[in-house]
Amino acid sequence: MTGADTAVRADRSTQRSGGRAAVALGVLVVGVVLLFGLAVATGSVVIPPGRTLSALLGVGTPDARLDLLVTDLRIPRAVTAGLAGAGLGTAGLLTQTLFRNPLAEPYVLGVSAGAGLGVALVTTVGAGAAAGAFAGGGLGGAPVAGRLGTVAAAALGAGLVLGLVLLLSRFAQSVAALLVIGVMLGSVITAVVSLLLVWTDPQTAQQYLLWGLASVDGVARAELPVLATIVGAGLLGVVLLAKPLDGLLLGDDYARTAGVDVARVRLAVLVVAAVLAGTVTAFCGPIGFLGIAVPHLARAAVGTSRHRILIPATALTGAVAGLACAVVAHPPGAGTVVPLNVVTSLVGAPVVIAVLLRSRRLGGRAW
Amino acid sequence: MVSRDAPAAATGTATPAGTGLVLSGLAVGHRTEGTLRRGRASTVLPAVDAVAGRGELTVLLGTNGAGKSTLLRTLAGLQPALGGSARLDGDDLLGLRAGARARRVGVVLTDRPDPGLLTGRDVVELGRLPHTGAAGVLGPDDDAAVDTAIDAVRAGPLAGRPLGRLSDGERQRLMVARALAQQPSLLLLDEPSAFLDVAARVALLGLLRRLAREQDLCVLLSTHDLELALRLADRAWLLDGAGSLLTGTPGELATSGAIGAAFDTDELVFEPDRGVFALRTRD
Repeated sequence: MTGADTAVRADRSTQRSGGRAAVALGVLVVGVVLLFGLAVATGSVVIPPGRTLSALLGVGTPDARLDLLVTDLRIPRAVTAGLAGAGLGTAGLLTQTLFRNPLAEPYVLGVSAGAGLGVALVTTVGAGAAAGAFAGGGLGGAPVAGRLGTVAAAALGAGLVLGLVLLLSRFAQSVAALLVIGVMLGSVITAVVSLLLVWTDPQTAQQYLLWGLASVDGVARAELPVLATIVGAGLLGVVLLAKPLDGLLLGDDYARTAGVDVARVRLAVLVVAAVLAGTVTAFCGPIGFLGIAVPHLARAAVGTSRHRILIPATALTGAVAGLACAVVAHPPGAGTVVPLNVVTSLVGAPVVIAVLLRSRRLGGRAW
Repeated sequence: MVSRDAPAAATGTATPAGTGLVLSGLAVGHRTEGTLRRGRASTVLPAVDAVAGRGELTVLLGTNGAGKSTLLRTLAGLQPALGGSARLDGDDLLGLRAGARARRVGVVLTDRPDPGLLTGRDVVELGRLPHTGAAGVLGPDDDAAVDTAIDAVRAGPLAGRPLGRLSDGERQRLMVARALAQQPSLLLLDEPSAFLDVAARVALLGLLRRLAREQDLCVLLSTHDLELALRLADRAWLLDGAGSLLTGTPGELATSGAIGAAFDTDELVFEPDRGVFALRTRD
């Protein structure tokens, strides 16, 4: 290639989508930091910015109770919210790309329902230790161990549902059929869970229903490393799948002609999505709308479907969305907590509608 | 004379032995899918013998349901062959692993994929997937291959535009560029002009003929544009609808009456000397 050609080719990067991605990613990082601070500072007791900062930096404040509030309640809550958003967002991105459908997300596909079944089984059938732990209290037994049991059950339930969807996908003629199968499985599982609750004692049922409202408050400080490790590993798995996910953008057949082992990639994607969605659901309850809204918002932010850019953008957007929901769910000064699903539905649904309408006008689907 | 059993004979352009695509006794069809009764196969073409040379444009003709797509999808590795062999430049095409095949066979399908927020260049870069490492990072060679592919289909002005805003013809040109970016020796196209208007069809077929010559590609495409295809192709494969494949130059197939036998209707009849269909004259 001659020098003149190289000069002409200087516009290569401008021909790719996502030219403004670097700026968008930078803004998202700043947003995560700011919202993390806000999530720590606000709640039933509003902490002044200076004290929040010193508490976050570990310098300590004159008020020991405030320190304890920050380290044992607010920071776990904020970290959980960020991780939940990032985990659910990327899980949603995985299923949207895999199913090539803007509605495909773990919640819709029955994965959250599967996780719920796992939790319901542990709660109603399982030992009292596990049952108490998931409610955040620990009616005897070590909370972390009990929680791990719940997490395992939820992830197993999520994996089971995705596995079933995967198994049926071998026989399903189209991706749309697969999506409907997922939705149907979700309703069957929800019905089974309802049956379990009918047969259980009212107190346990109430605990389960409380879990079903979804919350980022139930994760104790000691449990954070578990959540962070699993979600971190899941995110790493998503990053490793970036190349085959790009291959899937043009459809399964084009992916195969580009040398992508579609069956293996599909399995890997479903496993990673199940681990991410199942873990977050176990810790926080079934959170709706983050999985569907976050990838759409991320695409709108970076303007590309290329996964090498879209995956970090989705994780960051998810963290921002999760933190923002946590802030809204804990109105400053008020002692009440708004259920997380109320916030995600009220904000998430209009956002999804707006993004879909806007992208159609801009030409090209936003997914 | 039309060759039925000796594929290498009686073709217009001489093909050196061992280059290009050589099918011998290839059986294609569908294994029963979507049910629990696996393993049963319905054969569409029991034994195909044919040759498509490097540097040549070969057209695959036949009525709907004659097996054009089945044959092309089998060669593209999208469905298993039921028997026989296909060799590309002497190597067993059917035995190649997916990655190795993707570096030697480029495919353009009838689908109109809607991949979301991608530009023309993004789509062509997807053609480098079989050549890049696990992270999918493009090197200088990859960039050069993408540039060459975009230039080859003269899609420079389209490269920076979002795919969602391109016409069907422009998109199809980019899909050809994506296949070229794989740097294949065999280019398979399944009715690439299906959704295109007349001008775009003529342009696409002309482009493929030029690419075959310039890049010494073996180009095999199926099409319903019979008259145009016969005028531009170096070689034609004709599926007679009864499971047999006739091969030869377009002229040979026309004069032998094979084209007429496959496509004539009560109203229209193929005129070999003019290469067009005309109204059947009533006696």
